[in-house]
Amino acid sequence: MIDALWNLIGDDLPALQIAMPLLTATVCVIVRRPMLAWAVAMFNAWGAVVNASILLYRVWTRGTISYVEGGWPVPWGIELRIDLLNALVLLVVTSICAVVLVAVPRSIANEIPREKHYLFYATYLLCMTGLAGMTITGDAFNIFVFLEISSLSSYALISQGRTSRALTSAIQYLIMGTLGGTFILLGIGMLYMMTGTLNLVDMADQLALLGVNRTVLVAMACLGVGIGIKLAVFPLHTWLPNAYTYAPAVVTAFLAATATKVAYYVLVRFAFSVFRINLTLDGTHGGALLMTLGIAGMFAGSLVAIFQDNIKRMLAYSSVAQIGYMVVGLSLANEHGLTGGLVHVFNHAVTKCGLFLVLACVVLRMNSTRLSAFAGLGRRMPFTFAAFVLGGLSLIGVPLTVGFVSKWYLVLGALDAGLWPVAVLILLSSVLALIYIWRVVEVGYFTAPPEDADEVAEAPLSMLVSTWILIGGTLVFGVWTSLSAGVASAAARMLIGGVS
Amino acid sequence: MIEWGLYNYWVVIFLMMTGLYVVISRGNLIKKIIGLNIFQVSVIMFYVSMGKVRGGTAPIDAPGFEIYSNPLPHVLMLTAIVVGVATTALALAIVVRIGEEYGTIEEDKIREIEAEEHPN
Amino acid sequence: MISHLIPRVLSKLLIPLIMLFALYVQFHGDYGPGGGFQAGVIFGAGIILYSLLFGLDQAKEVFPPRVLEIFVAGGVLLYGGVGIAAIFAGGNFLDYDVLAHDPHHGQHLGILLVELGVGITVAAVMATIFFQFAGRGRTDD
Repeated sequence: MIDALWNLIGDDLPALQIAMPLLTATVCVIVRRPMLAWAVAMFNAWGAVVNASILLYRVWTRGTISYVEGGWPVPWGIELRIDLLNALVLLVVTSICAVVLVAVPRSIANEIPREKHYLFYATYLLCMTGLAGMTITGDAFNIFVFLEISSLSSYALISQGRTSRALTSAIQYLIMGTLGGTFILLGIGMLYMMTGTLNLVDMADQLALLGVNRTVLVAMACLGVGIGIKLAVFPLHTWLPNAYTYAPAVVTAFLAATATKVAYYVLVRFAFSVFRINLTLDGTHGGALLMTLGIAGMFAGSLVAIFQDNIKRMLAYSSVAQIGYMVVGLSLANEHGLTGGLVHVFNHAVTKCGLFLVLACVVLRMNSTRLSAFAGLGRRMPFTFAAFVLGGLSLIGVPLTVGFVSKWYLVLGALDAGLWPVAVLILLSSVLALIYIWRVVEVGYFTAPPEDADEVAEAPLSMLVSTWILIGGTLVFGVWTSLSAGVASAAARMLIGGVS
Repeated sequence: MIEWGLYNYWVVIFLMMTGLYVVISRGNLIKKIIGLNIFQVSVIMFYVSMGKVRGGTAPIDAPGFEIYSNPLPHVLMLTAIVVGVATTALALAIVVRIGEEYGTIEEDKIREIEAEEHPN
Repeated sequence: MISHLIPRVLSKLLIPLIMLFALYVQFHGDYGPGGGFQAGVIFGAGIILYSLLFGLDQAKEVFPPRVLEIFVAGGVLLYGGVGIAAIFAGGNFLDYDVLAHDPHHGQHLGILLVELGVGITVAAVMATIFFQFAGRGRTDD
């Protein structure tokens, strides 16, 4: 029975990866009961993790998977194409989705009215559909469509925050995001005009024959700006702090770990697989521009984070800085640098998602994420606060945590490129991370809570479990790096090898 | 049509810059959304004009017609229009709620109210 | 509400025709111009015209929001269900060839069902968007 089923669906896993969240989202709307909808979503999310793991294993052992939808052959039909790069990103996205979902019911119970919960789960699954689709599709226009599916659902999720400022943050993100999406659409249109194809592999082959001309350069610029907005690369990041601060706590944890990471994947995909440009050598100065913006983002994000009173906003600015690290890794365009960027996608997703889940626990019990709410939290909510400390250490890049692994590769990459000042700057900005994390740790352990403070209970078990899965992940993957860094460096070798 | 050159791109660029300018310069959220729509429509026009083949007819198989316009960009824009409608509907829904919460949809007034309520 | 006799009588004649035309566009879509999107919007326009003339409350009795919500989800479910059915029939996702014994019939059946799903969802979404916006702020007075 199971064998027969496996024979039928075993080769269709890439399609199921996108179709199942979409279909279970509709099931959530139909069943309507919150806990039932949650159960359906959980079943789907953990199934997606298993699915993504099988796909990664297959890509690792047997090479790139190509799947055509509707039986139309490539390059006319829509292809789902999974190689090491997007198999890793897919695993990150689905795992984060599944782990966050464990914490969702308790966390949204006092943030969102109960009668809207089933719609929350449906929107959450739609967002997952869009992110998974963007990751594994091999078709340029499909990237735009799935980008908009994930963006629209994330605007809706952000607008569900408790305060009215969630609404203004959502509309700000919507306007920026739609501009970004439309720029991406324009860039894809120009590429289609020049190559006559939408399939990414075919497009890359045609572009290699065509060489770089003015239309292709404009397309590059449009795609760069569009993806830059979605990625929140330094001067285009203005939507991010507000959106992360005012969204419901679990939504922040989910989006911080997935949306920008998938945008980074799309940037890597276009830069290395489609344009196949050598960022350091070609005449566009794309590499130098990205490196400047990345370094500026590292320092601007960390410096602003130091002065934030709201810890959620502090971590949001820290995300801007971390995106800077990833962009620097990409702009180095050598094997170690790109490995650093890709492994930081994995590592930062685990770390930041864990930290935002800690804030979800804090906001549930203390009703605030301001620094004053952290007074004495080390004794009042010991498990939650210990998770914050470990996550913070990983953000700084202390050895034995995942943050160290990615910074190690980034520094190696900078040294390989002969840019030792960049290596120094990466280390310096880690010191800034130490400052903003230490502020919170100091208040948590060495400041007494106010005299009249009520007793607070430790966070509920479901939320602690998902927080500690991620924080445990930062330690496990800080020591055992063959999954994250192993796959990332193989993917980086593949990408660098494809660049002419 | 030769004498007109590539006028369609000028139309597209004019519409695009109009849309972008409206998004940046207007404080009223509804006007911003209208600007966003103009911006999206410019890209839709870009695609549709790209698919036109001189002397080509509608891509329906019929005897006596050899040259067809490229239908693919039109099909893509069908999807892009749907995306545009969805974005507009969601944006308007959020603006309606902003109007209910703040009593205004002017951006500078919203900022003033926010500055009073949450000094941050 | 004020009773406008002429629009009411005319719309009573028009609305059935609009909905019939929507069904024509829907089911003729696989051989002629048309399809689920267009048909759905036309059908939705019929619902919206009805609620403009007979009031939101009466329209909500004819098309209850909860039922529309199920249709929104059901259409997508139908679309995706066809894709999954193709997988279970031994083909790729959304490969209509395997849906019937003859690939030609399979294509016909597949596109008919998929477009039906699109049409149901679009019509329900149009009506839902209208109901949501029109119903806003009415509870206050």
